[in-house]
Amino acid sequence: MGDTQTRKSEFSNHEKCSCNCNDLSAILARYDNDPTRLMDILIEVQTQCGCVSDEAVKVIAKAINYSSVDVEQTLSFYHFLSQTPTGKYAVYLNDSAVAEMMGREEIAKTFEKEVGCKFGTVSEDGKIGLFNTSCIGMNDQEPSAIINQRVFTKLTKAKVAKIVNGMKNNLDIEDLIGTEVQSNILKQGPILTKDTEIGEAIKKAISMRPEDVIEEIRQSNLRGRGGAGFPTAMKWRFCREAVGEKHYVFCNADEGEPGTFKDRVILTERPQLLFAGMTIAGYAIGSDEGILYLRYEYKYMEEYLEEILSNMRKEGLLGNDVVGEKGFNFDIRIQFGGGAYICGEESALLESAEGKRGEPRDRPPFPVVKGYLQQPTAVNNVETLCSVAKIMHKGAKWYRSLGTFDSTGSKLISVSGDCEKPGVYEIEWGFSVNDVLKMVGAKDVQAVQVGGPSGNCVAPNEFERKLAYEDLSTGGSLIVIGKKRDLLKDIVLNFTEFFIEESCGSCVPCRAMTSQYKNKLEKIIRGNGVAEDIDQMLAWENVMISNRCGLGQTAANPILSTIKNFRELYEKKINKDTNFVSEFNLDAAVQESCKTANRIPNLGGAHE
Amino acid sequence: MSKILININGKDYSAEPGKMVLDIAKEVGIYIPTLCHYEGIKPQGSCRICTCKIDGRNMTVCTTPATHRMVIETNTEELEKIRATIVELLFAEGNHFCPACERSGNCELQALAYRYKMMVPQFPYIFPAKDIDAKNPKIMIDHNRCILCKRCIRRKQEPENPSWFVFKDRGNKVQINLDHELTADFDDELAQKAMDTCPVGAIIRKEKGFDVPIGSRKYDKNPIGSDIENQGVTL
Repeated sequence: MGDTQTRKSEFSNHEKCSCNCNDLSAILARYDNDPTRLMDILIEVQTQCGCVSDEAVKVIAKAINYSSVDVEQTLSFYHFLSQTPTGKYAVYLNDSAVAEMMGREEIAKTFEKEVGCKFGTVSEDGKIGLFNTSCIGMNDQEPSAIINQRVFTKLTKAKVAKIVNGMKNNLDIEDLIGTEVQSNILKQGPILTKDTEIGEAIKKAISMRPEDVIEEIRQSNLRGRGGAGFPTAMKWRFCREAVGEKHYVFCNADEGEPGTFKDRVILTERPQLLFAGMTIAGYAIGSDEGILYLRYEYKYMEEYLEEILSNMRKEGLLGNDVVGEKGFNFDIRIQFGGGAYICGEESALLESAEGKRGEPRDRPPFPVVKGYLQQPTAVNNVETLCSVAKIMHKGAKWYRSLGTFDSTGSKLISVSGDCEKPGVYEIEWGFSVNDVLKMVGAKDVQAVQVGGPSGNCVAPNEFERKLAYEDLSTGGSLIVIGKKRDLLKDIVLNFTEFFIEESCGSCVPCRAMTSQYKNKLEKIIRGNGVAEDIDQMLAWENVMISNRCGLGQTAANPILSTIKNFRELYEKKINKDTNFVSEFNLDAAVQESCKTANRIPNLGGAHE
Repeated sequence: MSKILININGKDYSAEPGKMVLDIAKEVGIYIPTLCHYEGIKPQGSCRICTCKIDGRNMTVCTTPATHRMVIETNTEELEKIRATIVELLFAEGNHFCPACERSGNCELQALAYRYKMMVPQFPYIFPAKDIDAKNPKIMIDHNRCILCKRCIRRKQEPENPSWFVFKDRGNKVQINLDHELTADFDDELAQKAMDTCPVGAIIRKEKGFDVPIGSRKYDKNPIGSDIENQGVTL
C-alpha cells in the first residue's frame, strides 16, 4: 500500500497532466460502457492523457459498474498502462539480452544525460519519461525504443541526441527523426512468397464443406507455430464441435518471446494472407468474428492494418457474404494488449481481451470449449493462420512435401545476436542449427538460444540437431551468442529477470521461486556459490513444472538448460573445497558504526 | 449419471464423473493439502500445493474433474517434496512471525509447516517491505502475512456485484487491494466472513481479540488433515 500512496502523492504534486481526466465520455461511449472492452478504454485514456489517473479510474469504474480497485486491477497489470504521468513523450527502451549485446547501456546513458533524469522517472518539467521495457520485437535492429507508440531502431548516441532535442522542442513524434522499422526478410520460403491470390484461397475453402476444410488441414499435418505444436485441425475440430451461442477465431499476435519478430514481419509484409487464414478458420469452425490480439509494442501498425482490413471489406473479402458466398459473414477487429508477455499464453490472452488482468486460466475447460466470453474459441498463431491460407491454395499434399515427416511445411525464424545477417529466414523444418549459423554468417559461436528464454540454450556439440517439433522445437526465436559473451551474466541473468518481471504472480512457484533462482545465480556469479547450490537449482525443477502455465513451467529454463549444457561455467565459479561460504562480512557491517564511534574494528580475525 | 472408475494410489474407486479429484479423495479418506482452495467457492489452482500426478502429469486436483480410468498419485515422495518446498517458499517470500500472529494455531500455512516438519525454509528470507492497510473500520489487511491465495477475491457475495477485494500489480509485486469506498460500511458479520475466508492472518477483525486461547485452537490438538485421514471411509 505504501506504493500506492507514493504514487498518489506523486500524482497530486504533478501538475503536468494537461488533459481533462474527467472527460472520458467520448471514449466510454465508443465502447458502450462495456467492461469487456476495458483494455481498449484504458489504452485510449493512456494515449489521451499520458496516464490513467485515480480520477480517471473512478470515472471508468462508475461507467462500467466496476469497483475502482477492479479497474486498477487491470490497469496495474499492464506495463504500458500507468497510474502516474509518463510524460508528454514516454520513452520505452528495450532491455532484452540482445539489446544489451548491441550496446543498450551506452544508449541508456545518453538518454539519461540528454533528458536529465534517470530511467524509471519523468523529467522535472514532466515532458519526457524514461522507462525500460521487455523485448519489443526489434532484436535485428537493436538498440531500439518505443516513443509514444512509434518505434525508433538502431539507436546511436547522435540519434538519441537528435530525438531528445526534438522532444524538448515539442516536435511531432513523426518529425523527431524518420522511423525506420525494417523487415529484413533474408530468406523467402513458401509462406512469404507472394504467389497466393487470397480471394482464391478463401473461395477454395468455401467451395468445400467446413468439415472437409478441417480434413484438408489435418492432411497437411499443420501444427501450431507458437511453439507448443498442437495439431491445428484437431483444435478446429474440437472448437467446431463445441456448443455455444457464438464461436470466435483469435489470432495470437502477442509475439512476446524475446528474440521473436517474425510475426511483425508477416503483419507488415503479408497481412492479407493472415486475414485470409483467419477467414478460412472462421468458415471451418463456424464463426463470424475474428479478433487479432496484437501486442501493444506493435501499436505503430494500427492505422496500416486498419486500412488493409478496410480495403479487404471493400473488395468483398471481409464483411457480409464474403467472396460473394451468400450467408457467410466474417469480419475482423484488432484488440491491443497493454504490455504483458504472459498474454501470449492463449487463456491469458482471452482474459486480457475480456478486459481483465492477463492471468492464465485453469484447464479444463479448454478455450476451444469455453474461450472468449465463455464461448468456443480457436486461438491460432499468426504463422499458423498464414500457413492455412497457403494450404487452401496449394493443397495439403504440396504442404506435406515440405519439411520433415513429423514437422511439415516451413518455419519462419527470427535470428538475432552475434551474427552478420540478423533478420527473418523462412526455412523448411529439418534445418540444423549449423545450417542456420552458416546462413546468417555466425562465427565464434558459444551458444544458440533456440526458442527464446523459455526454450533451450544449445551448446556447439549439439549444433547438428534439427529444428523440428521432434527435436529442437521453436516458436521462431534464435539468438546467436558469441564466445566473447559472459553467458551467465549477460544472458541467463537477463532472461531470469525477464521471467520475474513478466510473471502474473498467481502461482506460488512461479512468483516466489524464480526470484530464489535469481538470488542463487547471482550468488554463483559473485563467486560465493558452492556445489550444493547447483544441485538445489536442479532439484527445484520439479516445483517449477507444477506451475499452471507455460511461462511458469519454463521460467527456470535459462538456468536449467545452461546447467545441463554448460555446467562447466557454473563449476568454474563455485568454491569446490567448502560447502559453505558466508555472504556476511562482519568487518564491512561494523565499519560505519566503528567510524562513528571512532573505534578500530577489532574482530580478531575469527569472523572471517 | 453413471459412475466412473478412478484409481487413487493404486486402489480403484467409483466416483461421480466431473467431480473434482480433491473432493473424491477427501470422501475416501485421502487428505491432499490445500491453501487456495475453500469449500464452496470456485477453485483456482494458484497455490499449487494440491499438485498430484494425474496420468503421469503434475496437476492440481482442486481444479481437475475426474474422468473415467484416471490414475492419480497423491502422496509420492516427489509430490510431498514439492508441497514442502511451496510452504517454504511462502514463508521466505512473506513476513510470517507466528508467535506474534493472532491467527497462530488457526493458520493453515502454519499447520502445513508443522505437517512438513519445517524447521527453517531452505530459501533465504526475502524480508519484503510490506504495509498494513488499516483504513477499513472493521478489518485490517496485513500484507506481510498474505499468501495471495485469492480466497477473499473469489468469495464474492454476488458474481455481478463490483469486487471488494482484487489483485493489484503482477509478478512478485502482486498484492491484495481492498475497495475502501465500497467496504466503508462493512458490518461485523461481513468482517468475520472475510477473516474466516483467509487461510492465514492477513485479514484480521478490528476491535476484537480472540475467543480461543493459544493451545486450544483448531490445529493445536488436531494436525491439519487429521480429520480426513482418520475417517478411513472406503466407497
